[in-house]
Amino acid sequence: MLNSLFSGDFPRSRVLTAMLIITFVGLLLTPFIFPGARAMNVGAKICIFIVLVAAFDLMLGYTGILSFAHTMFFGIGAYGVAIACDKLGPDWSSVLIGMGAGMVISAVIALVISLFSLRVRTLYFAMITLAVASAFHILCSQLGEVTGGEDGINFMVPDLIHPSTQLAEPFFGVEITGQIVAYYGLFVFALVVFLFILRVVNSPFGRVLQAIRDNEFRAAAIGYRVVVFRSISTVLGSVIAALAGSLLALWLRYNGPGSTLGFDIMMDILLIVVIGGMATMYGSVIGAAIYLIAQNYLQDLLKLVQADVEGIPVISGMLHPDRWLLWMGLAFIICVYYFPWGIVGKLRMRALGIK
Amino acid sequence: MNQPTPSHHPVLETRGLTVRFGGHVAVNSVSCAFHAGSLTAIVGPNGAGKTTYFNLISGQIPTTAGEVFLFGENISKLPTPSRTRRGIGRAFQLTNLFPFLTVQENVRIAVQARAGMGLDLFSLWSNHRELLEKAEYILEQVALTSQRYTQARALPHGDQRKLEVGLMLALEPEVFMFDEPTAGMSVDEVPVILDLIKKIKEQGNKTLLLVEHKMDVVRELADRIIVLHNGTLVADGEPEEVIASPIVQEAYLGAAPDKSKGTR
Ligand SMILES: Nc1ncnc2c1ncn2[C@@H]1O[C@H](COP(=O)(O)OP(=O)(O)OP(=O)(O)O)[C@@H](O)[C@H]1O
Ligand SMILES: [Mg+2]
Repeated sequence: MLNSLFSGDFPRSRVLTAMLIITFVGLLLTPFIFPGARAMNVGAKICIFIVLVAAFDLMLGYTGILSFAHTMFFGIGAYGVAIACDKLGPDWSSVLIGMGAGMVISAVIALVISLFSLRVRTLYFAMITLAVASAFHILCSQLGEVTGGEDGINFMVPDLIHPSTQLAEPFFGVEITGQIVAYYGLFVFALVVFLFILRVVNSPFGRVLQAIRDNEFRAAAIGYRVVVFRSISTVLGSVIAALAGSLLALWLRYNGPGSTLGFDIMMDILLIVVIGGMATMYGSVIGAAIYLIAQNYLQDLLKLVQADVEGIPVISGMLHPDRWLLWMGLAFIICVYYFPWGIVGKLRMRALGIK
Repeated sequence: MNQPTPSHHPVLETRGLTVRFGGHVAVNSVSCAFHAGSLTAIVGPNGAGKTTYFNLISGQIPTTAGEVFLFGENISKLPTPSRTRRGIGRAFQLTNLFPFLTVQENVRIAVQARAGMGLDLFSLWSNHRELLEKAEYILEQVALTSQRYTQARALPHGDQRKLEVGLMLALEPEVFMFDEPTAGMSVDEVPVILDLIKKIKEQGNKTLLLVEHKMDVVRELADRIIVLHNGTLVADGEPEEVIASPIVQEAYLGAAPDKSKGTR
């Protein structure tokens, strides 16, 4: 039972298992142990980024495909829901139509890009996707009537998940609003999609992807049509990115170029993959949790610390809250230096006795 | 793939097979037929075009002219994976494995290719016992059972050569192409591979091609020898007769073959 839920791919390290359980329980109980909109917002973002990054790692870590169009698909899914709810009204059929359209459009675009360019080398593929994604970004900023341009689209969502909906009596002191429902909906959805990706990478298909990543020449020589496998991996990763985008739009009740298409989001994805570790799905969980918490709370932490070092010349300057990006960068460099395989890679290797 | 082949119909045939790299003709109009149950040794000095001839048959490089037939079907235009699935097996001169997969996974991925199960996205890889058992059987044959959980890149050279052959065995091909399978192996490892080749030959219905520099090995295994020289087929016949011919004497006694380089 547990074996098939986790697709036989267990953490295989006690520290990692503990970290995963803490993350899981933390996300599960966020609305109750960290009250307030901000914590829930970070929790929801972590759930979404776990899925988004896991899909990215399916392509990069497991197949050896570097796609800079990942945020484009993230955006397509988000725009799908935003436009559908905006134009068709805030009910569930609009949500489904928007999600479905986003996924189908993403699948088609990903397939076309794959078939045209997966034969070329990794770097060219990366550049082609970068070009397509940039063009899409500009297009969305310009097409004001459809996408709301730079301002994006604010839209209404079904009542059930609208924050102002009161659903039940307070439970453990927490008001059960539409936001709580939205949070748990998101949580369950992300969990299911994550387990699905975990299954795919541990299926016969998933091993072929790894073989192609290792040695595509030999993979072809033993009879696998490399382009077909790469295309399926790309389409799957892109469709899941679109799904994650739909979830984000529903959560924010907004989508615009800045929230899903920006290059800074692509950087976030890359950093999370590197921090968590490539080619381990659990890396996306640990990476997303650590990165997003740091991104959201490092500034607060620095504010606290700064109060204590007020007046000490250099140190107070270094610990100024505005320097949070510097500390983040340093942490990243240290992380890459000490854990070239990411945190999860390191923990697993240690558990297996590999140095 | 398994249709019965009367012995007078060749399993594999090349007609006027030619490839040119720039101005250099690496394989020059080679016509040759190979029959089931036979082992043909392909010899010739370094750079003669032996590996390139294999590359043309298994589809790694496109031909400039000429055709390849497998069971009478023209496969010259098919991509490599299609040729493999029609029964062409290849073990490479330069070891060509999946370095980050374990030894067992390497073989299993090939067993799975043979079973045509690559597009199964939803079942659990670890649940397919039949594939695992087959992989284990092959590991036994190439004497790698005890290394099954080692990553391929961590194997010593000799074991990598054995795994290289194991990957081809896992495909259960009709045509086996060995490209210097024992090159760089230690003396005590060589018999594992030679016995294996003999066993495949004894099945009687497989077609074997063997590129080999060691004349004693060739003498022991081959029913027939063909000689390539500057891409041209210059001799073809019974082993004793070909080995005694001036052209082989010159090629092999004139300059000792250098095995340090080669193309995959
Ligand atoms: N892809 C290629 N592009 C250009 N030249 C090539 C290519 N492949 C092979 N050659 C050239 O073709 C010639 C034949 O090479 P090949 O590797 O087939 O020789 P070989 O008989 O296998 O030699 P060895 O005994 O060293 O393995 C060589 O001169 C080689 O440099
Ligand atoms: Mg060669």
